[in-house]
Amino acid sequence: MASLSENAVAKISEICDRYADETTPLMMILSDIQNEYGYIPLEVQELVSEKTGISVAEIYGVVTFYSFFSLKPKGKYVIGCCLGTACYVKGAGQVFDKFSEVLGISGGQTTEDGLFTLDALRCIGACGIAPAVSINGKVYPKVGVNDIPGIVESYRNA
Amino acid sequence: MSMVNIKIEGYPYQVEEGLTILEAAKRCGYEIPSLCAFNNGECSNGSCRVCLVEATGARGLVASCVYPVSEGMEITISSPRAVEARRTSVELLLSNHSMNCQQCAKNGKCELLHVSKITGARENKYIGEKTPSTIDELTPSIMRDTSKCILCGRCIARCANAHGKGILGFENRGFSTIVAPAENRSFQNSPCILCGQCVSVCPTGALMEKSEISLLDQAKKDGKYIVVQTAPAVRAALGEEFGMKIGTPVTGKMVAALKRLGFDKVYDTNFGADLTIMEEANELVNRIKNGGVLPMITSCSPGWINYAEYNYGDQLDHLSSCKSPHEMFGAIVKSYYAEKNGLDPENIFVVSIMPCTAKKFEKERDQLVTNGVKDVDCVLTTRELGDLIKRSGINFKALPDEEFDQDLLGDYTGAAVIFGVTGGVMEAALRTAYFVLTGKEHDLIKFEDVRGLEGLREASLEINGQTINVAIANGMKNAKVLMDEVRAGTSKYTFIEIMGCPGGCIAGGGQPYVKPCFLPDEDIDILDTFREKRAAALYSEDDRMAVRQSHNNVQIQQLYKDYLGEPNSHKAHELLHTTYKAREGFN
Repeated sequence: MASLSENAVAKISEICDRYADETTPLMMILSDIQNEYGYIPLEVQELVSEKTGISVAEIYGVVTFYSFFSLKPKGKYVIGCCLGTACYVKGAGQVFDKFSEVLGISGGQTTEDGLFTLDALRCIGACGIAPAVSINGKVYPKVGVNDIPGIVESYRNA
Repeated sequence: MSMVNIKIEGYPYQVEEGLTILEAAKRCGYEIPSLCAFNNGECSNGSCRVCLVEATGARGLVASCVYPVSEGMEITISSPRAVEARRTSVELLLSNHSMNCQQCAKNGKCELLHVSKITGARENKYIGEKTPSTIDELTPSIMRDTSKCILCGRCIARCANAHGKGILGFENRGFSTIVAPAENRSFQNSPCILCGQCVSVCPTGALMEKSEISLLDQAKKDGKYIVVQTAPAVRAALGEEFGMKIGTPVTGKMVAALKRLGFDKVYDTNFGADLTIMEEANELVNRIKNGGVLPMITSCSPGWINYAEYNYGDQLDHLSSCKSPHEMFGAIVKSYYAEKNGLDPENIFVVSIMPCTAKKFEKERDQLVTNGVKDVDCVLTTRELGDLIKRSGINFKALPDEEFDQDLLGDYTGAAVIFGVTGGVMEAALRTAYFVLTGKEHDLIKFEDVRGLEGLREASLEINGQTINVAIANGMKNAKVLMDEVRAGTSKYTFIEIMGCPGGCIAGGGQPYVKPCFLPDEDIDILDTFREKRAAALYSEDDRMAVRQSHNNVQIQQLYKDYLGEPNSHKAHELLHTTYKAREGFN
């Protein structure tokens, strides 16, 4: 845990303390950490383990089970391509591949400049506007392959 | 206890309420093919679906390992639907299995192969993609091969039950799921204590000890002078490898077998245990008299030492500086014994037969090299010794009883024998510490208060009008309780014994597997009683010994007279004591 800053140790400890009275606090703790830092590396899991008495193995298992949690830092802009059934039949596969081509990364990866992360999402409940893409919470409806370079550029220049 | 009426295959039975169908059926004389619940429910996740049966009142087939019986339930095990479903479950497990059974060292003891046979499952029914596999063979102790893992979770449960925060867990999701230490690391780079409890419950070859039989073969080819020593717990379990009942002591046959395996000398680690007691009891007395660091904690168990170095690096001065018995023995063989017999220490190869996987790691420690040579060169588990005997065409059961070699290092006392069970080192040390402090023997040889198999025990005794509080822990979950007190400065104990495995060495990770499916002649509750039975085998040997205190071992007395001088002398420290070092768990 040597690599964690004092501030981070204090913050994560405070997050663990928030749920000290819960019988099963792990999901809540991890959600808060994910929201605060954008990722949950092993050092942080070790600290959570120390604070909660839950083994690192179990925490790691939860972090890798849910796609919401990430082990690595995400980019400034997280591009989530819905690959749910409706989006998929409307061509989301090609949309995803195009993002991958334009950004030069595959799913789950982050560009070297730290700007973009590309994630494949399961149904986000926006089937009426399929194929849907969500970037930092903003949803783009009926995305076509040709729209993608422009969307990426708009964030690069933002 | 309230009972419920059920029917199995149309026959009426009364069973206790709350039992699972699997347990109830077992009590009624049925063995439902199953995997996870072979193990006392330790791992009943209900995930493998091998034990499916039909039960009235249930929707579809039910997993009998988790489904409870209820009043009026009618259970069918033999219907074609249930039989086919069980077979399919096993075939699906096999479809993601590496299927190299003939090369697998678990062959013959594999529960998956057993259940395949009884369900009629054949390989290659479903051919397709397999989960990418990991093989970890970095530690000297344990190998992990995920291509053989069936994700039953027994190892995860055992590790956590024994040690509190377990090392193993499920990782990832769906088809990518594996069982591994965090980040799919090697055991080498995780705070794993290498005790091998996971190995002892794994139904397949996914977790195995790392065999060192080839090291022994090489030493023989190289013409080394090979000395073998056997730990106390081995004799209480080795017979099981040859179908003998659990708890049968086989000391004489074990010695006879070793003598037929081409070892130059066959000795007992018990000599090393007696020596350990001389050093440890005197170290304790010195600490008490001279205001040394207390409580003092035993250091025989390498699993415990690993745990201490990973988790209590700031408390290591509480550990006795004594090497473990087999390491002491190795050091003495390569010094005193070599000198007396005109042997070159470099040419001596010391083999330890141990109930333990962590001992394989221990022997590689830098701190256990004396004058440039390793104290111990090779560690074989009790199971490996069984393999060695079988491979060499020896009919174990037909062997006569023979005696350990008796020159210089052969003798041992009852105190040493009981090292193999939790509380034994404590009792042996008390027998000698009492003598050192008072100049006379304790009236009763036995210190019954420290016996038992509970994970955490304490006792008090009066020595010279002074009350000495002692505590005993086995399993790291229990050790943690004592160690947190030590760290907080609130421990009331003078002396603490800690063993890595629940029950002590008799149930160590290198002992013969206790798998009820392969033990039809054992009692139904054998998983609850095997520790007790093996412990009884050791206590009975103690009872039979004429000499039962380490300080009364004549050869030990001779060793001090001829060579070491006093316990804890400079020479003794050079040969018999060691150091510890705090280690980072995830390194």
